[in-house]
Amino acid sequence: MSEVLLEAQAISKRFGGVRALSEVSLSIRRGEIYGLIGPNGAGKTTFFNVLTGLYAADQGRFVFDGVPLKISAPHEVAKAGISRTFQNIRLFGSMTALENVMVGRHLRTGAGIVGAILRDRATREEEDAIAQRAHELLTYVGIHRHSNILARNLAYGDQRRLEIARALATEPKLLALDEPAAGMNATETESLKGLIDALRADGNTILLIEHDVKLVMGLCDRVAVLDYGEKIAEGPPAEVQRDAKVVEAYLGGTVA
Amino acid sequence: MNLRDKQPALYWCGVALVAIALIALPLVLTLVGTAWVRITNLAILFIFLALGLNIVVGFAGLLDLGYIAFYAVGAYVYALLASPHFGLHLPFWIILPIGAFFACVAGALLGAPTLRLRGDYLAIVTLGFGEIVRILVNNLSSPFNITNGPKGITRIDPFRIGELEFYNSDTWMGILFTGPAKYYYILLLILMAVIVINLRLQQSRIGRAWVAIREDEIAAKSCGINTRNVKLLAFAMGASFGGIAGGMFSAIQGFVSPESFILHESIMVLSMVVLGGMGNVWGVIAGALLLSFVPELLRYTVEPAQQALFGRMLIDPEVLRMLIFGAALVLTMRFRPAGLWPESRHRQEFSGEHRS
Ligand SMILES: Nc1ncnc2c1ncn2[C@@H]1O[C@H](COP(=O)(O)OP(=O)(O)OP(=O)(O)O)[C@@H](O)[C@H]1O
Ligand SMILES: [Mg+2]
Repeated sequence: MSEVLLEAQAISKRFGGVRALSEVSLSIRRGEIYGLIGPNGAGKTTFFNVLTGLYAADQGRFVFDGVPLKISAPHEVAKAGISRTFQNIRLFGSMTALENVMVGRHLRTGAGIVGAILRDRATREEEDAIAQRAHELLTYVGIHRHSNILARNLAYGDQRRLEIARALATEPKLLALDEPAAGMNATETESLKGLIDALRADGNTILLIEHDVKLVMGLCDRVAVLDYGEKIAEGPPAEVQRDAKVVEAYLGGTVA
Repeated sequence: MNLRDKQPALYWCGVALVAIALIALPLVLTLVGTAWVRITNLAILFIFLALGLNIVVGFAGLLDLGYIAFYAVGAYVYALLASPHFGLHLPFWIILPIGAFFACVAGALLGAPTLRLRGDYLAIVTLGFGEIVRILVNNLSSPFNITNGPKGITRIDPFRIGELEFYNSDTWMGILFTGPAKYYYILLLILMAVIVINLRLQQSRIGRAWVAIREDEIAAKSCGINTRNVKLLAFAMGASFGGIAGGMFSAIQGFVSPESFILHESIMVLSMVVLGGMGNVWGVIAGALLLSFVPELLRYTVEPAQQALFGRMLIDPEVLRMLIFGAALVLTMRFRPAGLWPESRHRQEFSGEHRS
């Protein structure tokens, strides 16, 4: 098993005149937390969207887990083992927290219409296993006491955690988090850091977009910096922080 | 829900009472007038339709304005396979599944090209589909006479189980069972099955996938749901309920023509779903019952009431009916936008109690 889990090779994506990604290459190793940072509009979310099949790349390809990633549709990418959260939370609002996570199990289960109608033994067992796993994941991310609350009624921080639980339910090899701490206060961010640390300790590989510098410094093994769609630096966070280009990109941008 | 475990005696008493009431209903209604049994039967058919449409609109969130087309498919399949028109007289338990199958195929045919559409666009295409089906049955009379055009198909076979005929009256144990009353019982049986199926679908892997698509299609895709297949499944399932209802409609009426499948009917069924509470099986049933019975009640009360009050007819009952209907819809949407009995998912508990 090779050390590299995901390799992006010269990914490019334009929106009209905007070059959202220009030949971005990076490789993520198994078990690490890889940060993707950069000023607003740098192309970070676009990278996620291309990787997860929501947008088609203009150029470039991904090699995932040793094989070229077929990005025909988002659900294929999820099946291959990449799961994500969204910068602007996308939960199933009028489903309970538990059901949201249960939806995440869709991919790894198989009951169809006939099973649903007949409720045969196999279907009931699968259904119990789905609920059981969903409960475990809610406990894991720390919101189990809210399992019967509608997703849209959850506190903001809990919604972010629920999205992570739902993503974990698909059994991803790579977990991609798009600004999981956005909008959180200092205490919430600190406890989220604990969760992400636990995720790594349990062997997950994480691709993390984050603006919070402290969080990035404290969590990431390596980071890549995007600016205007180009990767301008890569390496351990402490080194990247001193990189002249990075300093300029951030000072020239709006985010300090 | 919990009553069953907490007070089983009370629960089963309630169940028994409801069962007795449902069994006695047509006999009581027969005393008022057989017309009311017919109205009840039609109301049950509308429950089938509303529940079928609820899968598409309520669960999966796909607005379908041409749903009555599947009712038409089921009705015509039945009419063609059990009438002198082609000289075919297959038994109903063979035709109903065939009708459901054809409606299912029609559902997939509608679903396939519309998968990328949402909201208004989908509504317009489905509306067009409904009209296409109606115009087809209206015109498939030449060069080969398949549907007999606007004249429709007559003398459709009623249900028959062995010696038991469904169109005439019988007296058993001194009680008179009219034809409509007998149909009522078979409709009631099928209704039970349809309700159970819908409740089970809702609480299943596929049911959750439908709701997930309704709530956020992009998130659903990213969670690994093959939205194309799952949406097609919603169209196909919804359509097959329409097909079964259509077949029964044919048999009960003994006559079908394109007039029964106009846009107005699609809108009626959609109103039942929306008024009752999209996504909630019980709400949708309530919506179908309300919109089936209230207009009939008005039909029978508005005229005598005016005669008694004013000594003559001031307002045409039909006009008043539509006025009240419209006002009721507007008020519901204003004060209960999610329907009279909205979907609620928070009280659900699962058998697999948390063990970690
Ligand atoms: N669907 C789209 N259509 C057109 N332009 C887009 C689209 N998505 C992103 N862009 C543009 O691509 C560029 C990169 O956007 P992206 O959302 O990837 O930035 P980001 O790094 O995630 O920024 P932020 O930190 O604000 O989330 C921006 O200029 C943005 O306006
Ligand atoms: Mg972004």
